[in-house]
Amino acid sequence: MKINVKVNGTAHSHDVEPRTLLVHYLRDTLRLTGTHVGCDTSGCGACTIHLDGKAVKSCTLLAVQADGCEVTTIEGLATNGNLHPLQEGFHQEHGLQCGFCTPGMIMTAADLLKHNPKPSEAEIRHALEGNICRCTGYHNIVKSIQYASEKM
Amino acid sequence: MIPSSFTYQKVKSVEEAIAALKESDSKILAGGHSLIPTMKLRLNSPAKLIDIGGISALKGIKESGSEIVIGAATTHAEIASSKVIQGKLNLFAQTASAIGDIQVRNRGTIGGSLAHADPAADWPAAVLAADATIAVQGAKGSRKIKASEFFQGLFTTALQEGEVITAVHVPVFSGKSVYMKFPQPASRYAIVGCAVVKHSDGKISIAYTGVSSNAFRDGAAEKAISGKKIDAGSAEVASKAAAEGMHIMSDHYASEKYRKHLAKVYLKRALLAVA
Repeated sequence: MKINVKVNGTAHSHDVEPRTLLVHYLRDTLRLTGTHVGCDTSGCGACTIHLDGKAVKSCTLLAVQADGCEVTTIEGLATNGNLHPLQEGFHQEHGLQCGFCTPGMIMTAADLLKHNPKPSEAEIRHALEGNICRCTGYHNIVKSIQYASEKM
Repeated sequence: MIPSSFTYQKVKSVEEAIAALKESDSKILAGGHSLIPTMKLRLNSPAKLIDIGGISALKGIKESGSEIVIGAATTHAEIASSKVIQGKLNLFAQTASAIGDIQVRNRGTIGGSLAHADPAADWPAAVLAADATIAVQGAKGSRKIKASEFFQGLFTTALQEGEVITAVHVPVFSGKSVYMKFPQPASRYAIVGCAVVKHSDGKISIAYTGVSSNAFRDGAAEKAISGKKIDAGSAEVASKAAAEGMHIMSDHYASEKYRKHLAKVYLKRALLAVA
């Protein structure tokens, strides 16, 4: 099936099998490997991207469902070579150890800050309930998001 | 994990969806947040998916006389953030916010959740306690099914083959309501979920999800609290009747005994919250 998707501002058109998951389309066809596959069972949030501006798990969407939509991945957050405040925050506050969950954490946090620019610590922790960090780094992840919230 | 092969059709109207459903082994795809995970695990391998996610007539929330009508393809996040729902049907705002996580709420739909009828889903408790009706459409026309007659067993509903849920009709009530659950810590599904509505005339509705193979109204517990002032003592008495006589699920998250205990605890808490 032919799909037309705008990813990080660039229009793409590809033939995909209906069963192709959006995350595999992004990683394997478009070679945007910043979006990770963690649990593959809709639980861990490592594959979080924005679909028409909303945080979604790209392992639980078919690529054909994204036809006609706009997708933003972690690769699309920086502008003109400048890190997004969230990316800068994760750098400054040591918001990662192994980094596997980081793209998903940042994309979920970006959705949160869009709706709630000055979240409380409790609101940040609640917003991250769909993202799992195996290095148990939540404390610094929260601090990274607070850093970005102050910068934005 | 990749699902087995299937064909995919995106439809623009309910009529088109119903026509497409005549093909054997076809399934409706709404938000896909129950269906796609089961297809990835190959627990479900439909030959065809009919995507109703683009039907605008199935989306949105409107007030119609004494009821609120929620389109079947409205997402949990849209319901949770709706001013109409927050103002007039807070039980539904509260239930919607309790589902999964923000990514799930951004895609999952109320109609999809009801049609799937997962024994641990949150919506069934809310629609039962609120005396909602579920509007469905099929080749033979439209009909409305009372929530109390909709959930019939494990993943089993009153939906007939070829029927599509179009909307959920909820009568606006005055009074207090609450949905409380003990969530499975990773998936956020309800190990026990309890919805209570205390109508302004004193009538109390109690519904459970997660406890048995399908969500149910707890008539025995309702009877035990009916006509009484809710306080610690009467809530304690009512909780003794909780889920009495029901088949209680047992799994690696919670044994039958523990689930029944939780059902009592959550009824007590929910009753005191609407006291």
